[in-house]
Formats: sequence, structure tokens, C-alpha cells
Amino acid sequence: MKLDSKIPSGPVEKKWDKHRFDIKLVNPANKRKFEVLIVGTGLAGSSAAASLAELGYNVKVFCIQDSPRRAHSIAAQGGINAAKNYPNDGDSIWRLFYDTVKGGDFRSREANVYRLAQISNNIIDHCVALGVPFAREYGGTLANRSFGGAQVSRTFYARGQTGQQLLLGAYSALMRQVAAGQVKIFPRREMMDLILVDGAARGIICRNLVTGALESYCGDAVLLCTGGYGNVFYLSTNALASNVSATWRAHKKGALFANPCFTQIHPTCIPVSGGQQSKLTLMSESLRNDGRVWVPKKANDKRSPQAIPEAERDYYLERKYPNFGNLVPRDVASRNAKQVIDDGRGVGRTGLSVYLDFADAIKRMGLNVIREKYGNLFDMYRHITGEDPYQIPMRIYPAVHYAMGGLWVDYNLMTTITGLFCLGEANFSDHGANRLGASALMQGLADGYFIIPYTLGNYFAGSKLGKVETGHASFKEAEKAVSAGIQRLLAIKGKRTPADFHKELGALLWDKCGMSRNDKGLKELLAQIPQLREEFWKNVNVTGSGAEFNMTLERAGRVADYLEFAQLLAKDARERRESCGGHFREEYQTEDGEAKRDDNNFSHVAAWEFTGTEGEPILHKEPLEFENVHVAQRSYA
Amino acid sequence: MRMNLTLRIWRQNGPTAQGRLVEYRVEDISPDISFLEMLDVLNENLAKKGEQSVAFDSDCREGICGMCSLVINGQAHGPERATATCQLHMRKFKDGDIITVEPFRAKAFPSVKDLVVDRSAFDRVLAAGGFISVNTGNAVDGNAVLISKDRAERAMDAAACIGCGACVAACPNASAMLFVSAKVSQYSLLPQGQPEREKRVLAMRKAMDAEGFGNCSNETECEAACPKEIKMSNIARLNREYLRATLLSE
Repeated sequence: MKLDSKIPSGPVEKKWDKHRFDIKLVNPANKRKFEVLIVGTGLAGSSAAASLAELGYNVKVFCIQDSPRRAHSIAAQGGINAAKNYPNDGDSIWRLFYDTVKGGDFRSREANVYRLAQISNNIIDHCVALGVPFAREYGGTLANRSFGGAQVSRTFYARGQTGQQLLLGAYSALMRQVAAGQVKIFPRREMMDLILVDGAARGIICRNLVTGALESYCGDAVLLCTGGYGNVFYLSTNALASNVSATWRAHKKGALFANPCFTQIHPTCIPVSGGQQSKLTLMSESLRNDGRVWVPKKANDKRSPQAIPEAERDYYLERKYPNFGNLVPRDVASRNAKQVIDDGRGVGRTGLSVYLDFADAIKRMGLNVIREKYGNLFDMYRHITGEDPYQIPMRIYPAVHYAMGGLWVDYNLMTTITGLFCLGEANFSDHGANRLGASALMQGLADGYFIIPYTLGNYFAGSKLGKVETGHASFKEAEKAVSAGIQRLLAIKGKRTPADFHKELGALLWDKCGMSRNDKGLKELLAQIPQLREEFWKNVNVTGSGAEFNMTLERAGRVADYLEFAQLLAKDARERRESCGGHFREEYQTEDGEAKRDDNNFSHVAAWEFTGTEGEPILHKEPLEFENVHVAQRSYA
Repeated sequence: MRMNLTLRIWRQNGPTAQGRLVEYRVEDISPDISFLEMLDVLNENLAKKGEQSVAFDSDCREGICGMCSLVINGQAHGPERATATCQLHMRKFKDGDIITVEPFRAKAFPSVKDLVVDRSAFDRVLAAGGFISVNTGNAVDGNAVLISKDRAERAMDAAACIGCGACVAACPNASAMLFVSAKVSQYSLLPQGQPEREKRVLAMRKAMDAEGFGNCSNETECEAACPKEIKMSNIARLNREYLRATLLSE
């Protein structure tokens, strides 16, 4: 298989304009003849559904929650980047492009990232038009702040609820199209399989999560907008239902999976408290604008934070990275936290956290300013931990947050399966090996509002798609296979719950493929995962039946997919013998412990082909070429 | 200190089945976990015994998606003010407590199973007018229309609604006025919302009634239950907007 990224020719700043002119259009009167199936209703899915419906396509959307408005984009806190340069501080499309490629540790496609930076400005304008209440200055203009790793203020925000407001904006546009009859929504549906007819994606099988019935839907194209796979680690900042199943099942049907080892560990999360915990909660990294990260200089210092004098504190980020201080990119901040904790200098009851201290900021700006800026985050922290961060420093620890890896897509967002597109976090995306703060919302909405409306039309105009109905044999066969899979899970009647397996898998991955990885650990992991998978299929206990609302069964299906996917994640991590972005391989580091890339051998996208659950996946490489950005070892010192 | 608790949980095997409260014991509960994580513990125990888990809704578990619900000891989202069930932590309870857990009950929220109800009526009310009619590609520059900080903040206060339905569950009339008023307020405060101002409020009120939600009789239970502290003043604004739109309509 030859990977063709379909990147248009010409200078990077002209590629998207040229492409938009070159692509074929669908006659307005013909658009209503096409049916588009969209799985997932986060920023990417909702914005795509609304925009495509506005153009006249017929759209069906599917979501796992009880309403499209609940997709996990809603939980994004900090903000969304755009190259507006309203603050006049030197930003430009070129700089946003450059920062994003550099922040991604030179493992993303230049052409995609440039397009993303170009579109960023349109996104802000459109969201304002939809009534998104972005923060404003007294004069009535839009407010900006600087955000994780950026030296310009280009982040737009709506308090600490930017994702919520952007999603509700996209959802409102979606519901308008529902009222207009252009979109039909199918909530509480889980995609179980992808249907190919004559080699093209033409439908999906869903499980109705209320009745348990299997349902077939056909269309002319399928868009997967199903988010990231962070929950493979069990504990993550993802919502409980977030999963890899839709993309994994498409992978098994032929879509290559790219860079699965690129997972982002977010530095500012509320630490793990104990074994009954189901998820970790992120605290927006905007907190790092004013909070100071520190640990005691001495190991095993059990004194309360207030009792530790200034001279005995180590503000390690400020010490090591004087230019960026507490604002270094996420991967750097996370790895340094791990390092001080491994040195025995972690704080809190478990010793698995570092301080994020606002005492200086409160002294400098006053309690009220801090309350206005971060009040909702401080409240959330207090709810969860029972501690008051206005009085004692917050404790934070890194947690799995975002997946840079995902289904491989070309410049048109099409996967290696004809007619199957993948948008937002679910694709391998524009973030390379590390995503910068406030870039995820930008990418999800760019894909949905401004890219897919063009590229999907190009696909339809250039394809001869015959009529397909759900009575087609491929739907019936797939329904049968899905049903057999469910029965197989229910019939095992073993001794361990699906959650129990999930927990064990997560612990293995976090230990050996988390913030840092090495060959020995990955080799062990690659032996352990198949054992756990084997035990799962012998010893899982799924109560209830398939013909009803059954949370245990839903969980079991997702865990079964994680147990397969984790193997690929570990394999990809082992194969990438370099350190870059979120992937830190201990064997490859500079003398002062920074990540060391190997551009000669690993400047590529690793796209994996499925060959069977027990088979060895085949690696395809898409070489990355940098014509505009100067490739250098990232340095934030 | 770890806790042992008695739970009285509403079990109902489907929309038309007869429901009842069933008593369960959970032991060794950490005060640091959330209420939903305590229910996870119960469900794991049930699964190990081969019994069906208690169905309940949740997703983000950080108080923003609005998927979680539950009436805990008679209060929607439980005893802590301005807190969704998923952010309610067990340190608010004590060892030996008896806790009653029921679904959000309202005519417009039919039962699905156990503690799960169908809140799709909210989606339909928003589809009736909870949007600004602008197609992708039409927007002017974000700074072309200036909006005062105060107005933007008040719009944001209303826009913070997570659509959980606690207002309906808490209201003796099962009214959705707080929910509807939050959306109407957000758009009526913003210049972008002006072209459809009258049409929107009339359409949403009509849809709300058609779904079987009750009317407002100023009980203020909704405001007390709201995890996002949406204020009753929004309902006052909704009433003004409705009156204004009625007078202006032909």
C-alpha cells in the first residue's frame, strides 16, 4: 500500500486556496441526493453535520450519549487559538503555523498545519456569529490570553468553559438543521461496525443502547468524529464513554492507524486519590500563567507546604527553563514532574503530586483578581479534594489527556478506506507528537466547519456511487457477526468484571508506556497484553442480556477493543526509537535529560495496517518533509 | 475514614415496568470518591455476584456535560449547592448513612431504566428556536460587533447551563422555565440574537408546553438545585421577552 497524502503542490501558503479551486463541486440541486453518516457529535462531528446540512446534504448523526450536546469536547476548559493578532503582539498565521509545527516536535505535516492556522481566524468569527459568549474587554473587543508554551496572546476563551460554549454553539447550529429536516439525530447509539460495499464505506451497524437492538444505516460516506482513545489507560481526563471502538473497528476493516504511541499526558490534573477512582480531572493549564510549580529541595520532606521556607523550595521549571518558566509545553512540564517525584520529592499523602502555588499571585494581584480569573477551577479543585487552594497550594500531577495518534487521513481527511473520513481528535491530526494548549478545539472545528464541506463534495463529485440499501448482504452479514460477538461476551460467564480488566490494562500501560518508555518495559508489555486479552476472553463476566440497556455489556465491548488496540500502541512505541513530544524513550535523551529526536530515521508518520488480532501489523511510513520550518532540537531553556 | 452505607435505590426494568426502592449495602467507601464512583463500587459488587448493575447516566464526571442526574435524599443532584452529582463527594456523607437514590421524575422525562430517564424533550425545545440562524461562511470579523464586557458576562452566566434537567426534577410543576430562560437570555442579551429575538421566545415557549413541562409558579426550587447557579432572574427576563414578543407579533 502506498500512502498518498494528496498534499497540493505549490508554496505552503497557497496550497489550500489552490486546492479549493481545483476540487470538484457538487451541483446545489444534487446535494440532496447524498446521504452522510456522522458518528460522534463533539466539535468535529457537530460542526461537520451542521455545515454539510446547510449545504443541502442529508445527514444522520449518531452519538453514544443521550444528547449530542454532551460529547466530551464540552469539557475543554482553556481556550481556542487563532492568529488574529488582535493584541498586536507579533502574531500571524505564519507564527501560529510555526509554533504548532515546533510544538508538535516536527512530527506533523506542514501543509495541514498551515491550513489549520489559516482557518483559525474564520472559526472565531463564525463562533461569535453563532452567539458564543467569548470573554470581552471593557471596550467590547474580544479578550485574549497567552496559553501553555505560547509567547503571544492568541487564545480566545469563555471563562474556563470554552469547550462547552463552542460545543453548544455547534450543537445549536446542528439543532437548527434538525428542525429544518436536514439532519436526523440518533442518540444512545454505539457504532459496532463499518460497512464496505465495493471497497467504499457505505454504512454502519449501531447498537441501540436502550433496547439493545442492532440497527443498520446506509449512506454515501461515513465520517468518524469519535474523539480520542485516552481511556485505554483506564484513568484519564476523558469522559467515561470515550473509547477507541469506532476507529478500531474501522481499522480492522482497512483504515490505517497512525502514530498510536503519541499520547499526551497533561501536566495539571488533580492527583489520584485511591483505587475507587474512575477518572482524573484536568485543571486548565491557564493556571500555569500565575501559579508557580514547586517541590521541596529535600527528598521525603513531610512538612506542610507553609512550613517549608522559600530557600528550601525548588521551583524546578523556573530554574531549568528561565525563558518559559512555568509555561513550558505540556510534555516538558509532565516529564519534569515525573522526574522530581521519581527523586522522592513528590508531595501530598501519596507522594504522587507537585505543588502549584498561587500565594505570590494572590499577593501581587489580590484575591479578587485571582478569583475572577480562576474561580471556577478553584471551586472544582475544592469539590474534588476538599482542600482550599486559596489557602494552601494546589497539588497537581500529570494525567493522560489527549491522543495525537488516530486514523491516518490524507489532506482531504479521508482515511485509507474510500469514503471513510475521520475528523477531530479521532484522526492522527495536525499536532504531531505533542499538541499545544488551545489547539484541539481549533482543529476539531477547522475539520468540521471549514475543511470537510469542501473535501467531501470533491469526493462525491469524483465518485460513481451506486445505490446501496440496508438490505444488502454486507449489512446482514455484519449484523450477524456483531450479534455473535455480543453473544460470545455474554456466554463466557467468568469471574472478573470488564472494569477489572480495564483497570489492569490501564495500570500496565501507565507503568510501561506512560510518561516515559524504554525497550525493556515495552517488550514486557507486548508479552503481557496478549496474556491479559486471553484471560479476558476466558474469564470476563458480563451480566444481563444483549437485548436491553446494559452498561456492563457496553463496557465489555470497549475493553475488548482496548485490549487489542493497546498492543498496537505499545508496538508503535517500541518501534519509534527516538524521543519526541509525548513519546519519551529513555534510551534517547540528551545529557541534561531532554528528549532527543532522530530525524534521520524517524521523521515520518507511522501508519499501521491490521492483519488479524493475533497477526503482526504492517508498518507503512509517510515521510515528513519540512520546506518552511527550520527543523531543530526543541529547546525551551 | 472509610464508610459503610445503606442505599435505597430506585430499580425499574424499563419504561412501563413497575418500579420500587431496593436496599443495598456498600462498605469500605473512601470519602475522597464521588457519589457516582460509590455507585460504581456497588455495581462492581453486583456484577461479581452475577446480578444486573444499576443503570444510571454519567459521562464527563467533571460537572460539565450534564449527563448525570439522580435525586439524592429528595434533592436533585444531592445536598451540596451548585454541584452536579458527579462532583458530589462522599466526604459530604457519614458512616452509617441511609441514602435514597431516585431518578429525575417528570412527565416530560419518561423513564428508560432504573435511574435513567429520557431528556430528549430538551433537545426538541432547543431545536424550536435555541440557535442563531447563520450558516458557516457568513460571519463578519469577530470584533466587528462590540459587546460590552458586562453584557458578555451576563450572557455567559446564562449560557453556562449544562442541560441536566435538575430544574425540572426539582420543580413541583416539572417546569422547564429555568432551562428555556437561560437560552433565551443568552441570545436576547447578545446583538447576534436580535434578528430572531421575538420568533425565538415564542417558538421555544410553545415547544416547552407541547413537551408537557409545567409552568412556573415561583417556587425557586430550580435555582436551588441548579449545579451551575443559573438565576431565577432569567425567568423574569423570559417572561418580559415573551410579553414583548406577544405585543410585537401581528
